[in-house]
Amino acid sequence: MSFSLFLVTLTPFLGALLIAWVCRFGRYAAAMSAGGITLAAIGQLVYAAAPVVSGETLIQQMAWMPQAGLNLAFRLDGLGLLFAGLILGIGLLVILYARYYLSERDSLGRLYAFLLLFMGSMLGVVLSENLIQLLIFWELTSLSSFLLIGYWRERQEARHGARMALAVTGAGGLALLGGILLLGEITGSYDLSVILASGEIIRAHELYRPALALILLGAFTKSAQFPFHFWLPHAMAAPTPVSAYLHSATMVKAGVFLLARLFPALSGTQEWSHLVGGVGIATLLVGAVIALFKHDLKGLLAYSTISHLGLITALFGIGTPLAAVAGVFHIINHAIFKAGLFMAAGIIDHECGTRDMRRINGLWKFMPYTATLAMVAAASMAGVPLLNGFLSKEMFFAEAAGMATMMRFGWILPLVVTVAGVFAVAYSLRFIHDVFFNGEPVDLPRTPHEPPQWMKLPVEILVALCLLVGILPALTVDPILTLAAGAVLQTPVPEHNLALWHGFNPALWMSVIAMLGGVALYAGRKPLFGLHREFEGAVDARRVYDRLLHGLLALATAFTRWLDRGSLQRMAALFVTFALVLGAYGGFGGVAWSGARAPLPVDAVSLLVALGLAAAALTGTLLHRQRFLAVVLTGAVGLVVSLIFVKFSAPDLALTQLSVEVVTVILLLLALYFLPQSSPAEKRPGRHARDIVIAALAGLGVGGLAWAVLSRPPADTRLADYFLSNSVGGGGGHNVVNVILVDFRGFDTLGEITVLALAGFAIYAMLEKLRLDGRGCDAAGRVWDADLHPAIMASLTRLLLPLALLVSVFILLRGHNLPGGGFIAGLVTAVALIMQYLANGVAWTHDRLPANMHPLIGAGLAIATGTGLASLAFGHPFLTSTFGHLSWPLVGDFELASAMAFDLGVYLVVVGSTLLVLIHLGLMHDASHGPQACLIEEEDTAWKS
Amino acid sequence: MEILIAILIGLLTACGVFLLLRARTFPVVLGLTYLSYAVNLYLFAMGRLTVGRPPVIGSGLPGYTDPLPQALVLTAIVIGFAMTAFLIMLALKARAELGNDHVDGEEER
Repeated sequence: MSFSLFLVTLTPFLGALLIAWVCRFGRYAAAMSAGGITLAAIGQLVYAAAPVVSGETLIQQMAWMPQAGLNLAFRLDGLGLLFAGLILGIGLLVILYARYYLSERDSLGRLYAFLLLFMGSMLGVVLSENLIQLLIFWELTSLSSFLLIGYWRERQEARHGARMALAVTGAGGLALLGGILLLGEITGSYDLSVILASGEIIRAHELYRPALALILLGAFTKSAQFPFHFWLPHAMAAPTPVSAYLHSATMVKAGVFLLARLFPALSGTQEWSHLVGGVGIATLLVGAVIALFKHDLKGLLAYSTISHLGLITALFGIGTPLAAVAGVFHIINHAIFKAGLFMAAGIIDHECGTRDMRRINGLWKFMPYTATLAMVAAASMAGVPLLNGFLSKEMFFAEAAGMATMMRFGWILPLVVTVAGVFAVAYSLRFIHDVFFNGEPVDLPRTPHEPPQWMKLPVEILVALCLLVGILPALTVDPILTLAAGAVLQTPVPEHNLALWHGFNPALWMSVIAMLGGVALYAGRKPLFGLHREFEGAVDARRVYDRLLHGLLALATAFTRWLDRGSLQRMAALFVTFALVLGAYGGFGGVAWSGARAPLPVDAVSLLVALGLAAAALTGTLLHRQRFLAVVLTGAVGLVVSLIFVKFSAPDLALTQLSVEVVTVILLLLALYFLPQSSPAEKRPGRHARDIVIAALAGLGVGGLAWAVLSRPPADTRLADYFLSNSVGGGGGHNVVNVILVDFRGFDTLGEITVLALAGFAIYAMLEKLRLDGRGCDAAGRVWDADLHPAIMASLTRLLLPLALLVSVFILLRGHNLPGGGFIAGLVTAVALIMQYLANGVAWTHDRLPANMHPLIGAGLAIATGTGLASLAFGHPFLTSTFGHLSWPLVGDFELASAMAFDLGVYLVVVGSTLLVLIHLGLMHDASHGPQACLIEEEDTAWKS
Repeated sequence: MEILIAILIGLLTACGVFLLLRARTFPVVLGLTYLSYAVNLYLFAMGRLTVGRPPVIGSGLPGYTDPLPQALVLTAIVIGFAMTAFLIMLALKARAELGNDHVDGEEER
């Protein structure tokens, strides 16, 4: 299996990391390595492209989550090859150009790293076979273009522009996700091969319309189609190399790429042609008209880009095979001349220090060579014969004219298109005349001159391409165009004749009208500019966007303020109430509260124990302000809970609960030492009553739910039966609970001990540098006993320690077959050791026990993970267990399971984490003990009186 | 017996919720402990109540209770302890840094 396409996509991503490191060795090194990485990607692409050139489609798959239809799948066909070529080729030129464009102050490495991230994302979009994967890369282009547009992060307009681009294209990406999911729903696959082949099914499906609308939203926002076009001009705050890259060959072309890619699946319906065609034509016209009135050089190019994207969209909207060919052709041509124009504009900006065309005039005298290059590219943008822009525009005119007779009001199409053509000629003329002629420059910050040779080279190459394609289309562009168009259509490409002269046809007349009209329009521009000034800003999509954004933010802020008033009690009460409302809403579904399962008889002992628990819990709650009493009663409740586990056949749970209870009570008492001994009375009247109602309702709900389940027989015992019948045969242990923990659900347990370890470390970090003051006496004002470590207790616990440790080892070892296991054994060990600290003091114990628990926790995690990895080494999935029988002399037959090693890891983590917490709290006790005044706090006396 | 357990679960939940809504950190920690008891019992009870049938194979019993809820609750008890420990340390830290033990970090006005 070959991964070449994966590598092509991966190379720029890896390169971005490399650049981030290399850029410390200087600008030259950064530029060279960025170029080298791009060349490497080009080399790999060329290497992979051989079968594609002969018409095959290359598909490479790696299983990732096949159950969810997610595979790492790449596809290279004509369209992908064309786009990948544009992305890498123009990317290379931009890298060269940026080296000379950026001043010494700006970090070239950062720009290159972002640029390569973006390049990789774009490659991912155009080379993806799986649509979900395509979407991931699509979102990556949004993110990386955000970084690129906001490159000058100290400038406000750059940050604004970047955020706007991200918001608009990100929202579109969300819509696209919906559309792709619907497509997957319709066809049952996310693979392009399947989707492209099931156009009939998709178009006939009832979900076609929503899917189409969502996908088009994604494409239109990305390609800056009206009315989502407003983000693109604001993205001009980016450095010009970025604009040249994003707005010629890549970012905005991703949208039209998607249209082309899904053309066979979605096109050919009324909805498609109305939506895509309509939006494309509107964008074409709006962009062209606004472009003429922009005084900012890049602003003009931005709106021209919008207009040309509209043109491409309109071509796909027309939907005939020839129109699609023309669309692909214009994608190529626009990428070439617009990249050249942006670079030329960048040179002018660089040399003049401004982009305002009212100040930049007469540059011909200063930079005739650059002027010539820019003029050729601009002429191509206008659609002047002998240049590439002319050819595709002529094809577009022909298609538009062809539509005139196809439908009612069809004549509007050629009319609108011609008007847009007039404006295109006029703004191209303005770019040429206003900048290079039209009198003298006005008050320029710098005196312009020709840029360095290397900065001109990319423009030269692009302009040469304009000419080559324009004059010899059949020899230069036709092979790749046929290949790409074939991939778009998924059928043989129709006869198309890339020639300069097609005879006297409507398209030619439209071109002539556009040329003459454009010149006339430009000549009479003065009154139009006056008119434009009056209406400027009357209709501004940006303002709508701003208002929407502000409205949304204000709404969110108001809602948050209303909901969260900085009171945890209020939030908790709201939370519980909301859960109650939801529960009540669900509970009124007409399900009986009681089921048919025969209840177990109540015996006197159980009743008594239950009464004891209820009494302890209620007393503890009602007297919670006396904190010591509350802790003791909590411990009592915990002990009774462990009795419940004993009664109902859960010995493991009972042992765990019992040992946890001991540790918890010690912990709470240690902590209570540093806290007030009692709680002050509630200040707000009525709060008690409110909380009692909420608590009672919650108790009623949960209790009722428990009763509803308990009074019914189990609906399904398959899981229980599975574990019971496979425990011995599959896990090699008789204690099913333990086997589930360390074997069947071992991965869960690994996660849980990791959480335990993390909690321990987090507590350790929290306690570091924390200084707490202890108190010299208890709540009643009695001074502590001076004998902190009574001799009887100390000697007794010392005697007990080996016994306790022995018990814990016994529990650990037998855990696989009898109640016990790592968790319980760990807790027992922890309790035994904590007893030493309590009885003998931290200092005494520290001399005899390692104080640092981190290695213990680390070792536990390592052992548990290592058991899992060991099974990988034997070619089994992670955490597969094995077991066997070992015959020891004297001991006899002994069963040994690899899961027991895992349990050892659990044991170590439990011991380590528990001790870590308690020892450090204990250390703080030692630190706080001293001759303190016996201060009785205000609230202490409050509840006594 | 089932009704008894259901009542106890409800009672522990009510106690937990009531303490959870208190204004001081220490009762809130206790409240979460009560809630843990309630939740653990509730989860455990989902396997239904069975007397004298621990899920240890080969003990010669005619049947076994559902082992899965037990396995889930066992880890829940330990994680619950970790959570309680974390919270109580948070309460200590807040008390040391803010000078009071109110859940909002400042005394009510």
